[in-house]
Amino acid sequence: MVSEQPEVGSRAVVAAEDLQRLLDILKDRGYTVVGPAVRDGDLVLEELDGAGDLPRGLKDEAAPGAYRLTPGEEGRFFGIRVGQESWKKFFLPPTLDIMEARREAGGWRLVLPGQAPPRFACVGVRACDLAAIGVQDRTLRHGLHPDADYAARREGAFLVAVHCTDPGRTCFCASMGTGPQAVGGFDLALTELRQGGRQVFLVEVGSAAGAEVLAALPHQAADGSVVEEAAALIARAAADMGRTLETSGLKDFFYANYQNPHWEQVAGRCLSCGNCALVCPTCFCHSFEDVPDLSGDAVVRRRRQDVCFTLDHSYLHGGSIRVSPLSRYRQWLTHKLAAWQDQFGCSGCVGCGRCIAWCPVGIDLTREVAALRESDAETSPNP
Amino acid sequence: MTGQGHASAVVPVGEPMLPRIFRVVKRVRETADTFTFNLVPADGGQELAFQPGQFNMLTAFGAGEVPISISGDPARPETLVHTIRAVGSVTKVLCRAAKGDQIGVRGPYGTPWPVEQAKEQDVVIITGGLGLAPLRPAIYHVLGHRADYGNFELIYGARTPADIIFWRELERWRGRFDTRVHLTVDSAASDWRTNVGVVTHLIPRARFDPENTTALVCGPGVMMRFTVQELRNRGLPLERIFVSLERNMKCGLGLCGHCQLGPVFVCKDGPVFPYSRVRDWFEKREI
Repeated sequence: MVSEQPEVGSRAVVAAEDLQRLLDILKDRGYTVVGPAVRDGDLVLEELDGAGDLPRGLKDEAAPGAYRLTPGEEGRFFGIRVGQESWKKFFLPPTLDIMEARREAGGWRLVLPGQAPPRFACVGVRACDLAAIGVQDRTLRHGLHPDADYAARREGAFLVAVHCTDPGRTCFCASMGTGPQAVGGFDLALTELRQGGRQVFLVEVGSAAGAEVLAALPHQAADGSVVEEAAALIARAAADMGRTLETSGLKDFFYANYQNPHWEQVAGRCLSCGNCALVCPTCFCHSFEDVPDLSGDAVVRRRRQDVCFTLDHSYLHGGSIRVSPLSRYRQWLTHKLAAWQDQFGCSGCVGCGRCIAWCPVGIDLTREVAALRESDAETSPNP
Repeated sequence: MTGQGHASAVVPVGEPMLPRIFRVVKRVRETADTFTFNLVPADGGQELAFQPGQFNMLTAFGAGEVPISISGDPARPETLVHTIRAVGSVTKVLCRAAKGDQIGVRGPYGTPWPVEQAKEQDVVIITGGLGLAPLRPAIYHVLGHRADYGNFELIYGARTPADIIFWRELERWRGRFDTRVHLTVDSAASDWRTNVGVVTHLIPRARFDPENTTALVCGPGVMMRFTVQELRNRGLPLERIFVSLERNMKCGLGLCGHCQLGPVFVCKDGPVFPYSRVRDWFEKREI
């Protein structure tokens, strides 16, 4: 047993049975512990009562337009990679009341919320999702005008990441440089593995808060063999990605391919439903609505998640700018993979593959990018 | 907060998202559907200083919030002036506001017209329709510092004589010896005494030295495209042609994602851009 406070960057081994104690420690420290759970046969992210809520022994199988939970490795806590929800539901809630205006004798009075921010401990954040949180931080927390609510939620959060050792068929984090290893931004990172027939977590400390939590948890020093084994599992995962995306020159490619004939082809399949943007862990578009009560004397201003696939998104007096589904899909993909780089200095895609699985017609952006590149090569004159 | 089942923000949204309440002190009917409002802070608090070309997010409580350019004089910020056309669900409610009514104001946001960089130069302002409203602060500025600038030409086009805004001021500006005002309408009855046709036809008549001129352009998209073309024909480089662009905006802060035009957020990177910066995107359809 190690008694002194572990250092940031250090590793230790924690028995799988002690996962519950980790959750208890987090709860004791005032965190609302959230993580993956199965509800009505589907994977959701929600508040966990205990480790028993985790989808233990299950794994997910994803394909274009398909997602299933199936039996996986027995006893494994984090066999499921990513479901339709992402952690943005906690930091950028789909709807959020930001203020209320009340009509009183002297005129309108604004009432602002003032409760303490919930402090979420997110348990089981995959490398891709950890990267996505970093991407949203750039957009909503580190820009010229931070979103105060987002920033408060993020500042209070504790992130328990899980390194990926078993990527799915729609995964391509290795292409996007965001996984399978969680690098930075976490408080603790787990690798789930077996040591001498015993199920354990190799725990990596990513922050002072993480060190403090680990110190309160029974743990043993990690010997070289377990660290090596974990590294080998992650390396194998990197070589076993279900998909790849060629990222070289993507920004210039998209900027130059506004009229690529393949856009017509993909637009012919796209339903403009917006599922891809809703499940995307980095998509941040939102709108504001005023919701009056029946008297009209109390008006709640509500922030609401929005997607760029609606006519309303680009509506300007008299009509929308992006009237065709083609232009809306093009906007989504060009923004995600190209314009994002100019706006926020990173890609808007982390390679989680959600948009592939939750597209009702199975549009797969990795294949669309490849097809756009092929189409460009065919139609461009030879140099 | 009353929104049942909806999360509430955990901290006050802070200055950027929090409207200040202003009171209407004057309402002027410009055309059948366009009105100019003079506003002052309802709490008698600090005036809202702004630069020509900036905009505010205006709230009609219960209807919503929209971006509207400031149309007043930047040298007289004690009164906030907005000119609004009733075209949508929010602007229709805003336009019904009467003297004494309250309007929410957030801002000012966005990049200004380059009135400082344009000093010592000729200034050409070309505008169509309601585009004159966001340019009026720049006009006030140039006229208020008239000796700092060379030739000053204002070209303004409206659909019909009945659609002309700021009529009395146009007459006043037209009467000055140091300002040339060119007015045109798309169509008019036979009693109309000046030009008929699109604004671009008047550009060849404007007096300016292309080597030393800044052009400020605001109007419908098509009008701006052809205006830029005509200014280029006169030898003006794209870097000195400035346009004010319009997009759907919900936040004004570059956070909500609606106002994107390729890599730029029109609300925070614009709305005023040198044309050279947005040309590649602006000239494409459905971007």
